[in-house]
Amino acid sequence: MQYHFDFTWLATYWPVFVDGAWMTVRLIFVGGVLGITLGIYCAWARALGPKILGYPVAVYVELIRNTPFLIQLFFIFFGLPSLGLRMNEVEAAMLAMVINLGAYSAEIIRAGIQATPKGQFEAGSSLAMTPVQTFRHIVLVPALQKIWPALASQVVIVMLGSSVVSQIAVEDLTYAANFAQSRTFRAFEAYFVSTLIYLALAILLRFALMWLGTLIFSTRRRAAR
Amino acid sequence: MPLIDIDALHKSYGETEVLKGIDLHVEAGEVIAIIGKSGSGKSTLLRCINGLETINSGAISVGGEQLVEDELHLRKLRLKVGMIFQQFNLFPHKTAGQNVMLAQQVVKKRRKAEAETKAREVMDRVGLGDKFDSYPDQLSGGQQQRVAIARALAMEPMALLCDEVTSALDPELVGEVLQVVRALAADGMTLLMVTHEMAFARDVCSRVVFMHQGRVHEAGPPSEIFANPKTPELRAFIGMAAA
Amino acid sequence: MTQFTFWDIFSNLLLATRWTILLSLVAFVGGGVLGLILLFVRIGKTWWLRRIVQGYTELFQGTPLLMQLFLAFFGLGLLGINVSPWAAAAVALILWTAAFLVEIWRGCVDAVPKGQWEASASLGMSYIEQMRHVVLPQALRISIPPTVGFSVQVVKGTALTSIIGFVELTKAGTSLANATYESFTVYGLVALIYFVLCYPLSLSARILERKMNAAHRH
Ligand SMILES: Nc1ncnc2c1ncn2[C@@H]1O[C@H](COP(=O)(O)OP(=O)(O)OP(=O)(O)O)[C@@H](O)[C@H]1O
Ligand SMILES: [Mg+2]
Repeated sequence: MQYHFDFTWLATYWPVFVDGAWMTVRLIFVGGVLGITLGIYCAWARALGPKILGYPVAVYVELIRNTPFLIQLFFIFFGLPSLGLRMNEVEAAMLAMVINLGAYSAEIIRAGIQATPKGQFEAGSSLAMTPVQTFRHIVLVPALQKIWPALASQVVIVMLGSSVVSQIAVEDLTYAANFAQSRTFRAFEAYFVSTLIYLALAILLRFALMWLGTLIFSTRRRAAR
Repeated sequence: MPLIDIDALHKSYGETEVLKGIDLHVEAGEVIAIIGKSGSGKSTLLRCINGLETINSGAISVGGEQLVEDELHLRKLRLKVGMIFQQFNLFPHKTAGQNVMLAQQVVKKRRKAEAETKAREVMDRVGLGDKFDSYPDQLSGGQQQRVAIARALAMEPMALLCDEVTSALDPELVGEVLQVVRALAADGMTLLMVTHEMAFARDVCSRVVFMHQGRVHEAGPPSEIFANPKTPELRAFIGMAAA
Repeated sequence: MTQFTFWDIFSNLLLATRWTILLSLVAFVGGGVLGLILLFVRIGKTWWLRRIVQGYTELFQGTPLLMQLFLAFFGLGLLGINVSPWAAAAVALILWTAAFLVEIWRGCVDAVPKGQWEASASLGMSYIEQMRHVVLPQALRISIPPTVGFSVQVVKGTALTSIIGFVELTKAGTSLANATYESFTVYGLVALIYFVLCYPLSLSARILERKMNAAHRH
């Protein structure tokens, strides 16, 4: 039996993939920005904050890192409404991504904070800055710079992991493939197209994050001007 | 009343007692060199005065303000004394000028323009007016240390604590930093400096404090300390330093 | 409609956990063997073979595991093989695990100091002998903590196989949630079981790493 690949259906269905990819991009944008922000606060709490904050944050980080994202998503979307926390599927997906990336980036950023030379903290103290001021103005940016490649990788992982949000009917890139294959019965081709788009998104996202990194951290360029 | 008043200061790290009862009184405008062997507690003393270490017993006051171990009082104290470190500790992500402006803005709440005016003034004072927009990694060690001095001066402290400010420098860069310190001394700044530069101590300082095993072993004007050491330990130390 | 007690839910989930564990083991062992074979190619001397393995890892690391599962499920079908979700899940997870392990292990081989290569070469060892007696034993030691750490990703990765219809912990969870309307309890329990599976692995990876760092310093 010979199978003939058929992509002609793409002529009609390509807008579904464009919309899906756009949803995936929006998800990772919101998830990335808010997730890293959450990660910074949690990393601070873990590395420098009072123990009363550090312990609950440690529990949160371990809970998230040791359970599947899919279950976190289901828990938020199906489980939380019984506590009266109701949200639509896109909000649930974004919340799940923020919480997930928050935990992973907290660990990554914490490593950056802990790699900060002691002298930097002491210089801040000796200039009468508060610990929080020292963290915000002195420690944070070099710490982020040190771990930026690892953080970028994690954002890409979360973007790829977001393909499961189609399971709560978010109309993302995976949903597009599900939709197309249910109409065309060309399942392999449909998922193949989505896979290629994911690959392109992953490459683009990595480039974008690296570019953003040089923009934020390259002191050289600013100095040259 | 002395500007810096240290009474019966004790400091231990765990079991080991590093400072075993230090008494030191520094008048405004004095320039004091602290000398002594490695491990005698010189850095620890300066770090205690700056509140970077918690003390076990004794009292420290600066400008009449007692050192109390809470954040608010510590910060008040640190506004009165600046500290220069052996390793400069400049902020790598900020230009020289921004290094000098940062604490003025976030601690003293000076507006940006005001902080910049002050920063340019102190940068000129350390001879680096033209390096305002350079990043630390574009500066030589000597220049970095001078930025660190400018950064402390911008906070208008009553005294400066200098811990071996030239020890991390290549020999040819030591001179430019010492020159800045010399000028500060001439301007009447109160200086408390740990140094291995004996010639400089002899020239510039009004008093030399010799520390030995966590105590002030001998102190006096440089002429006496260097020409006529009374204790065998100081004699041995000077002999070593001269060799 | 039948009534489910808490214990009904819990025991059903535990029964399904067997499949999560079994699939994890298959993926990890199969991925480990394939990964080891690919590792030798990846650090071997033929540049175009190296490049192919590199492309393989980048492909699997640059696309969602869920897509890989779908492609395995439908792709094996195209080959005329009658695939069960179980077979598709195992194939996809093995390929995916191998891709990550190759990269992890290659990093460990790279971490062996260059002097070790030079010293063993100066003793007249061949490439294979250098590998076997000098480099790999050292790389193996370094590789243990990150490999244990990655096993956590494998266990969590098996959750996605529920989407192609393999009945393991997550799938049992969704079925029970639909039947009982107790989503909060059911998914809470599912999360807890995954945590109990994964946390010891995470913890031992961390302890092993700390031990190794400590040993390294002395
Ligand atoms: N954080 C610390 N924990 C434990 N011991 C310390 C610590 N800092 C300093 N010490 C010990 O305290 C003693 C005094 O140290 P200190 O740095 O004050 O000496 P120093 O006179 O400045 O020496 P040097 O000339 O080498 O800088 C030393 O024996 C040192 O080992
Ligand atoms: Mg010292």
